[in-house]
Amino acid sequence: MWDYSDKVKEHFFNPKNAGAVANANAIGEVGSISCGDALRLTLRVNEDTEVIEEAGFQTFGCGSAIASSSVLTEIIKGMTLDDALKVTNNDIAAELDGLPPEKMHCSVMGREALQAAVANYRGEEWRDDHEEGALVCKCFAIDAVMIEEMVWANKLRTVEDVTNYTKAGGGCAACHEDIEAILEKVLKERGETFDPNAAPIAKPIVAAADCMDAGARATHGAVAAKGPLTNLQRIKKIEEVLNSLRPQLMADGGDVELVEVVGNTAYVNMTGACNGCQMAAMTIAGIQQRLMEVLGEFIKVVPASQMPAPLVNIQEASHA
Amino acid sequence: MRDIYLDNNATTKVDHAVVDAMLPFFTEQFGNPSSIHRFADGVARAIKKARGQVQELLGAELDSEIIFTSCGTESDSTAILSAIKAQPNRKEIITTAVEHPAILNLCENLEKEGYTIHRMPVDKCGRLNLEAYKNLLSEQVAIVSVMWANNETGTLFPVVEMAELAHAAGVMFHTDAVQAVGKIPMMLQDTKIDMLSLSGHKLHAPKGIGVLYLRRGTRFRPLLRGGHQERGRRAGTENTASIVGLGKACELAMEHMEFENTQVKAMRDRLERGITEQIPHCFITGDLTNRLPNTTDIAFEYIEGEAILMLLNKAGIAASSGSACTSGSLEPSHVMRAMDIPYTAAHGTIRFSFSRYNTMSDVDEVLKVMPGIAANLRKLSPYWDGDGPVANPEQAFQPTYA
Repeated sequence: MWDYSDKVKEHFFNPKNAGAVANANAIGEVGSISCGDALRLTLRVNEDTEVIEEAGFQTFGCGSAIASSSVLTEIIKGMTLDDALKVTNNDIAAELDGLPPEKMHCSVMGREALQAAVANYRGEEWRDDHEEGALVCKCFAIDAVMIEEMVWANKLRTVEDVTNYTKAGGGCAACHEDIEAILEKVLKERGETFDPNAAPIAKPIVAAADCMDAGARATHGAVAAKGPLTNLQRIKKIEEVLNSLRPQLMADGGDVELVEVVGNTAYVNMTGACNGCQMAAMTIAGIQQRLMEVLGEFIKVVPASQMPAPLVNIQEASHA
Repeated sequence: MRDIYLDNNATTKVDHAVVDAMLPFFTEQFGNPSSIHRFADGVARAIKKARGQVQELLGAELDSEIIFTSCGTESDSTAILSAIKAQPNRKEIITTAVEHPAILNLCENLEKEGYTIHRMPVDKCGRLNLEAYKNLLSEQVAIVSVMWANNETGTLFPVVEMAELAHAAGVMFHTDAVQAVGKIPMMLQDTKIDMLSLSGHKLHAPKGIGVLYLRRGTRFRPLLRGGHQERGRRAGTENTASIVGLGKACELAMEHMEFENTQVKAMRDRLERGITEQIPHCFITGDLTNRLPNTTDIAFEYIEGEAILMLLNKAGIAASSGSACTSGSLEPSHVMRAMDIPYTAAHGTIRFSFSRYNTMSDVDEVLKVMPGIAANLRKLSPYWDGDGPVANPEQAFQPTYA
């Protein structure tokens, strides 16, 4: 059984706004073919103010699909359409205290139903812009279609490339066999052969250039051999790595900031959608792995909330 | 509230008598069966006894045909990999579209290595076409692997007949009988089945013990090489306590065989009759006239399985579903897809699987709550309107699919 949060269970066992809204003037109907879930969202929108006055859902789906639908209607009631469109799937998941990675698509379905309903109200045609495939990387919830597209678009050749471009495989690494299978397939279609020992191509976002080039990465032991970093060098490099990761995080509606570095421990604040996201722990693990690769030394990434008390006190004192 | 366990095809409770039989082998007779001292005294004898108990349940001719393994999956892998290794010139495998992943994923992997896999389709009742099967048998085929009973629907395949046909064509035959052993009588010595897999935890023995039945004289290549255990056919120190437990479980299964096919079957039949009478728009999947006595798989149309399971669980009832969402993969059940069950029904399939530990009052309890669960979820369903499905559900609700 899935490890659902109490919030998910609460919304599943006692769904809010179930059923169709009478006299709805915005209707969105979407489904996820891989899961078989489908959702109809009905809204009554005030035509003068564009405020969503009533929202109702009808869902054919699992526990988390019903909970995501229920919480979505609660979030958007009283919002203007423009504000409602800013609601991301991560907002839906966060409101449920997180969803298992395999179930994140339920929150995506909620967001898509909302977009479809708004498009319907405005007389536009809504087109879904993403195709969903089998989940490959469970740590970062990356599916096969996404990986395949990135491999095609960026001429990726190795598992490391895929991790750099999609995050897939950057966590527990158990999916590397599946990623290799995708690479084998796409490379074959491209008329090449997959070579597990090929050098990775350049990173998507070049930062900390001296460390990030393929040669240095392939032998990152050599980086460490240059001697220990000074704390200032370490902080600079950490900032560079975080900057390079920021676009990926921001694409998901989140961000990260470096709060303090003590010895080999970096304290960070996950903000925006990352805050409270169930994936935050995995994201932190991914950041830690990247930092270790670039710095060539062991480094621990810890949420700033877990910073030892005395440090916090000193900071507070200095702000006072 | 007493919890009701109706998920016995997933796994079973270990019988108390099995636990009792096992206990001395953890702390008293814990010696390695190969050792010559008093801690190992009687261990080899206990394993031999267990081997005999398994032999009897399977109706095998010899106890040396019983090889203890770690699980059903290991037995399946051993059987197929042995067949292709022993016959390197045969590059085809025949199986079915509805096998357990232990077979299907292995075959998929072998396909990448150049093997041709024939996955026989099934009809809407989950039955195979034996004429098509005959046409597939050839000297190119290394092994046929067909499950005895389907884990989702309980549908039985005619493995005895299929083994005869394979034998006549000079092809090895393996059956994954993990769901069938202990539920239906078998007499392997009267068949042409060359290999059979079973798993202890499906018949009230613990998890982590399985058996590969290997007919004497069948060409064999071990999966694990090393020590002399299991006559060199499965190296690795014997899981003595579990082997003893499995032996006891087989003895008990033998004793309860009639009970399983009368009393357990009666509970199953009453449950499915009650559900289909009380709840509109639901139907039983699989081959109704040719099934395991303990299994029923019911498709509740227009609602989804995981949601049903969560509500059943809240009512203290454990069952399982062929719905996409209950598997980690998000793939709808390949068994339901193979039977061409429409997806608005396939996602709402619930499997209730009984054991000799269930009672008629369990059935009453399920019949009490199930109609309400179906009705409540249908209230949320876009395919449902009031007392029945919307007119032309597939047309009335046409979501944009991602």
